[in-house]
Amino acid sequence: MAFLTLDHVSHHYFSEKSYTKALEDITFSVDEGEFVALLGPSGCGKSTILSIISGIISQTEGSVLLNKTPILKSTMAIGYMLQQDYLFPWKTIMDNVCMGPKIMGTKTVSTTQKAEDLLEEVGLTNISSTYPDALSGGMRQRVALVRTLMTDPKVLLLDEPFSALDYLTKLKLENLVSKLLKEYNKTALLVTHDIGEAISMSDRIIVMDANPGKIAKCFEVPIELRNEEPFWVRRHPKYHVLFEKVWNELNKDDTISSTQKEVESHNETKD
Amino acid sequence: MKQRTDDALFEQYQIRVNRDKKIVLTWQVIILIGFFAVWEISSRLYWIDPLIFSSPTKVFNLITRKVIDGSILTHLQITIFETVLGFIIGTILGIAFASILWASPRLSRIFDPYLVILNAMPKVALGPIIIVALGPGYASIIAMGIIISVVITTIVIYSAFKEVNPNYIKVLQGFGATRRQYFREAVFPATLPAMISTLKVNVGLAWVGVIVGEFLVSKEGLGYLIVYGFQVFDFTLVMSSLILIAIVAALMYKVVEKIERWLIKHTG
Ligand SMILES: Nc1ncnc2c1ncn2[C@@H]1O[C@H](COP(=O)(O)OP(=O)(O)OP(=O)(O)O)[C@@H](O)[C@H]1O
Ligand SMILES: [Mg+2]
Repeated sequence: MAFLTLDHVSHHYFSEKSYTKALEDITFSVDEGEFVALLGPSGCGKSTILSIISGIISQTEGSVLLNKTPILKSTMAIGYMLQQDYLFPWKTIMDNVCMGPKIMGTKTVSTTQKAEDLLEEVGLTNISSTYPDALSGGMRQRVALVRTLMTDPKVLLLDEPFSALDYLTKLKLENLVSKLLKEYNKTALLVTHDIGEAISMSDRIIVMDANPGKIAKCFEVPIELRNEEPFWVRRHPKYHVLFEKVWNELNKDDTISSTQKEVESHNETKD
Repeated sequence: MKQRTDDALFEQYQIRVNRDKKIVLTWQVIILIGFFAVWEISSRLYWIDPLIFSSPTKVFNLITRKVIDGSILTHLQITIFETVLGFIIGTILGIAFASILWASPRLSRIFDPYLVILNAMPKVALGPIIIVALGPGYASIIAMGIIISVVITTIVIYSAFKEVNPNYIKVLQGFGATRRQYFREAVFPATLPAMISTLKVNVGLAWVGVIVGEFLVSKEGLGYLIVYGFQVFDFTLVMSSLILIAIVAALMYKVVEKIERWLIKHTG
């Protein structure tokens, strides 16, 4: 049952003198509870797809359906987590986290309690009255995650949420996020540059091409990998097989030598 | 043992810092005294014309006499009152105009060339028109203080509004916020430091406007004393007014600096 559907979606960015075709004829759908990763070179329109789904911008052609109804503007059903955390430095952690309910006018007395509970769930206690400056990158990213979860979105859009983090923090957060999403049965779309992250977190990987952004290929993640924690997925033999396939797809036009590829693939797994 | 050497090093450092401070202070005092001494001596020895440049003792005597009989205080009060009012209203109006421009991108595009013209225009040249329009009184002088700071404040604050990181707005857009909510939650708080730093600039500008205004119309105030002294050829009065302006302006600047620090601490 398709929950979220993009049907022949194209997007042009217009400026006074010219235009950029960022997306061309994107069609895919995501089932409820499914986790899909978007992978592709810089500038292939990954962020544009998320912005369209979240309702921040509207596609120039095609349609986006959530539960069979078109998405016309931002709704509570969709939570968008930007590439960097963008916590508001002048607000306390609690006020940052409660931003969604406040904007939507759904803030009640129980909101604070819910925020405390969610913060605790991601391992952050006693920080609700401090300011974002006082937190480490990993902590800030967790706060941003809680901020996104506060409005109970059915679909989560994650735009390279871990790219600014060190490797260890990243692995820990991957585990946490995939655990939380499974627990609440959320549908999620993850944009990433990291093949390992895509394989270890998602059920399906969509690889994109640039200029204009198109879908190049889809990969199903083997069932054995899906229910493993991201950290352990990276040690599974099937992981390496899929890694190789995705790698080849991403580099099919490049003349990168196979030895270099091997080195990189190796680094990726041990790092 | 280790602890002792650490302490000793720190002590040496403190001694160095203190000596440095003392040297700076000594030079500051020397310059101040030297300035007045040279002024006094050259005036007494007729190296400069004492009728025009007066002398520190004459200025000092005049100021003490006028403070004692209270006649200077009204002038001081009025000028300070006009400056503070011009400064506050100018700043608030500037922020308000900037907010209106931000609220409507079309309006800001329409007004863009006019802002450029107004900004390039030397505002004191508008003095006579303001006086004709508002009458020769406080209103005109305060208006001068306002008009000189309001345009630049509008421009500076508006460009600060536009430079707010768009990703903050994206976060809010994701929650379906309205433009008014972007302003309240992101744009305004993000630019508060910029607004606070215009305070210091504006206090200086308000002084310019008020003194020029007093030159033109008033019967009271430090600017008036300067013009009056000039007309009756009492340059001791002119010099006294200048020195008072220097002192009061410096004090006001310090107060604004204090307010600024307090605001940054309590809003940031
Ligand atoms: N606001 C905009 N105005 C004009 N062009 C834009 C705008 N945003 C993106 N583009 C263009 O659209 C294309 C896709 O951009 P997008 O940000 O979606 O790429 P991306 O896949 O997310 O890249 P990255 O991996 O670097 O984040 C790029 O060519 C970009 O230059
Ligand atoms: Mg992007």
